[in-house]
Amino acid sequence: MSNVFQPIAKKDFDYAAAQHLLNRAGFGGTPAQVRALVELGLDDAVDYLVDFKGERVSNDGFAFKNDILRAQTPQEQELLRRARIEKDTETIARLERERQDRQNNDRAQIAAMKRWWLARMIESGRPLQEKLTLFWHGHFATGYRTIENSWHMLMQNGLFRSNCAGNFADLARGIISDPAMLKYLDNDENRKSSPNENLARELLELFTMGEGNGYSERDIKEGARALTGRTFKVNDYFFDKQVHDAGGKQILGRSGNFSGEDFISIILEQHACSRFVAYKLYRFFVSDAPTITRDGVETIERTAKALRDARYELRPALRALFRSQHFYAKENRLSIVKSPTQLMVQTVRSLGTPVRSIDRLVDSGDYMGQELFQPPSVKGWPGGRSWINTSTLFMRQNTAVFLISGRSVRGPAPDPTKDGGKPEPFDAMHLVDHLRDSTGALDARECVRSVASFALGGDPGAARLAELDAYLESVGGAGGGNSAIKSTIQPTINNERLQALLCLIAAMPEFQLC
Amino acid sequence: MMHEHAFTRRLFIQRGCALASLAATVPYFIEQSALGMLGDPALSSQPGVPDERILVVIQLGGGNDGLNTVVPFGDDEYYRARPQIGIRGPGAAAQNGQPAALALDGARGVGLHPNLAALKELYDQGLVSVVQGVGYPNPNRSHFTSMDIWQTGRLDAKGSGWLGRYFDNTCGGTPKPEAAIAIGRNAPLALEGDVQKPVAFESPSLFRWIGQDLHPSLKEPYDRINRAGAAASPTGASEPDSQKSFLMRTALDAQLSSDRIRAAAAKDPLVPYPQHPLANQLKMIGAMIRDGMPTRVYYASMGGFDTHGSQLGTHGNLMKQFAESVQAFQRDLKEQRNDARVTTMVFSEFGRRVKQNASGGTDHGTAAPMFLIGAGVKPGVFGNHPSLVDLDQGDLKYGIDFRCVYASVLEDWMKAPSEKILRARFANPHLFAAKA
Repeated sequence: MSNVFQPIAKKDFDYAAAQHLLNRAGFGGTPAQVRALVELGLDDAVDYLVDFKGERVSNDGFAFKNDILRAQTPQEQELLRRARIEKDTETIARLERERQDRQNNDRAQIAAMKRWWLARMIESGRPLQEKLTLFWHGHFATGYRTIENSWHMLMQNGLFRSNCAGNFADLARGIISDPAMLKYLDNDENRKSSPNENLARELLELFTMGEGNGYSERDIKEGARALTGRTFKVNDYFFDKQVHDAGGKQILGRSGNFSGEDFISIILEQHACSRFVAYKLYRFFVSDAPTITRDGVETIERTAKALRDARYELRPALRALFRSQHFYAKENRLSIVKSPTQLMVQTVRSLGTPVRSIDRLVDSGDYMGQELFQPPSVKGWPGGRSWINTSTLFMRQNTAVFLISGRSVRGPAPDPTKDGGKPEPFDAMHLVDHLRDSTGALDARECVRSVASFALGGDPGAARLAELDAYLESVGGAGGGNSAIKSTIQPTINNERLQALLCLIAAMPEFQLC
Repeated sequence: MMHEHAFTRRLFIQRGCALASLAATVPYFIEQSALGMLGDPALSSQPGVPDERILVVIQLGGGNDGLNTVVPFGDDEYYRARPQIGIRGPGAAAQNGQPAALALDGARGVGLHPNLAALKELYDQGLVSVVQGVGYPNPNRSHFTSMDIWQTGRLDAKGSGWLGRYFDNTCGGTPKPEAAIAIGRNAPLALEGDVQKPVAFESPSLFRWIGQDLHPSLKEPYDRINRAGAAASPTGASEPDSQKSFLMRTALDAQLSSDRIRAAAAKDPLVPYPQHPLANQLKMIGAMIRDGMPTRVYYASMGGFDTHGSQLGTHGNLMKQFAESVQAFQRDLKEQRNDARVTTMVFSEFGRRVKQNASGGTDHGTAAPMFLIGAGVKPGVFGNHPSLVDLDQGDLKYGIDFRCVYASVLEDWMKAPSEKILRARFANPHLFAAKA
């Protein structure tokens, strides 16, 4: 058996490895943060991330309302009934207007939640917690527009966050008690008299076992019966015993009067389930290249075993994965296409740019194909190369320009701290501060090398460096752009030039990889 | 060896379909035209052959009031349901400040909104097919959901877009960078395939890297970085399928598309266009068609049709803008001699309630007319106007499923297998002229 799942040697946990870990198990970090991770060493660095030892986000208590979409009160119902009888169109219109107002308020609240979550990802000292929350959101995908209830989306977000590195069984059981999911997949209409198979089908196909991995149409039908009666009232899960089918069922070779919870337990016993979860984790954290290598297949198998051995506890599997030789193998460095969220959050967190406008970043995410709380379908975001096409590539490059310089296609973002139109300043020099010699001077070429390798997460290659050097020479000699003296005078680096270089680096196609 | 007359879009498209990735050094875009050069000279393209055909979709967002677009003036029930906002029949005196409808089909008792005069001209030239009563079973009255239903072509509103599936089905696994272009900030779901992804931009000036605006000195290095193709990658040549090679190829495609699109849009159109948002979109589309872009489907959209209150003025303006924009576009195509290659399909996510509401507007409804415009369509009024008394919860019952219209567009215009794309058999109402 190969040792792909064995930990790498402690000495191999170098700067590049630590940066790789921080990008994948989080959203990247500054050179100083990467160095701190190297100092911790492999085991402690992985524990730091996986055990969420960093600081909590300060604005945890964002004030969202849980009653915007309240049902009509009995008084309102009575009012409406009378108005209908009396053909009181004014009252009917007023009640309808109020209902529409509530809906508009709820749409405003989901927009605020998008800003809140994105800001949280940017600020959190526990990046893996937010990243896993995003992972489970894509895995148990639920879209706001179908359910039109922002509070339910937030409750689901909380379910993912509190169990994100806990036990997969809790997530699976939680999701069949989650109002947003129950609504999204029509289980509120799954009754003994008229079963609705939607949740049962996606539970097997997308959430636990994966299509074609050993369940039948019959298992879906019988599973749907087990899920009957699982619905919600206002904001809480509700088991409607009246419409639950308590009769005998046969699911995946077992027989009994199974409930929804039993259905989950039976699924969890299947090796296919641990394999499928391991596969999804692999695609999200290790590689989303079109083909999975033999080592990759073995890593998935070993991750699945780690899940089973720990009765679906996720931390042991994640810990092993983030220490494994395969995770750090050359083939898996820069092998994932950054999601739009990763692109934005990593750019801010690693380069230390200002956030500039969380509103515009939320918009950019939408245009690049990742609208939070609105995955394109129950399959979630397909990820990988599907993120990239000729339009989204320009949007990605332009979003990076916006973060670095404040310039956007919609004009500069005003500095929120000041009046007037100037963008908030960004001091990029912190990226090269550690390169100063004893006199505080900087070698411009060394800065180019360091910043390019850091921002790209790996060796930029000679051609790229030559391009950046040439750029710096064209603008940056002490004598200005005079070509006669350019060759004799070393270019110098300053904040403005560093920002220009960063814009070019962020426009390199390989910047889209992490 | 090059046969100049064989360098055609026809080959470009056919070969593009069959192509897997070849040399890593060329973008998909160039690769395909290069293959075209080696083709059989006998297959040179002629205007009007199926693979040169273009579909332009115009989406009227918000739910266009079909009953005040194609006006059933022959039915008294219409005026009973809409005492304030009903439009009188052709020849009648103005009422509520609203001129009478334009004659469309007297025998069927339907006319056009008075502000659709420009569309009526096209109709009189035999360029318009009016399909009445288009809808679907168990109509959904939510804007989002109903729009998704129309765009996916599925009643569960799930999965890929119907036109995305058209590309996926006709192009075995190789996406074409400029096959589908939407004018707007977001690409519509309709164009999203599993393989094929649309290009979307609000204006060509935004379909470019904005870093060059920071300082002109950045443009050249940017171009070199993004136009290198996979050749410049140290690993690219040996790993044509690596993530990096894929990104470098897409980057090159993006630059070439950007060049083409901006060059096309920089030219003045052959005819004047009015100053409406839809007209601006169609002007850009006209420019891209004129420039010979390989795009098969363009998508334009116009909003504001959610006329819940005082709709007469609002809806009238929308009708005028829509008709004038389409007319200018059609004139442009004719001037370019591309009119035989293009069909424009117009739809909205739903029509509106038969009865006007208390605020002089209309609420979300169901079935509504569609327009097909172009030299290829079978002109005239197709299908019966839905009954105004036999209603479903106050709404019209549809007469023709929108997916039947799609089937006709796919089979008769795009020459594609509709059953595979729509994932079910829908009766083709044959809305195109037999020669088409």
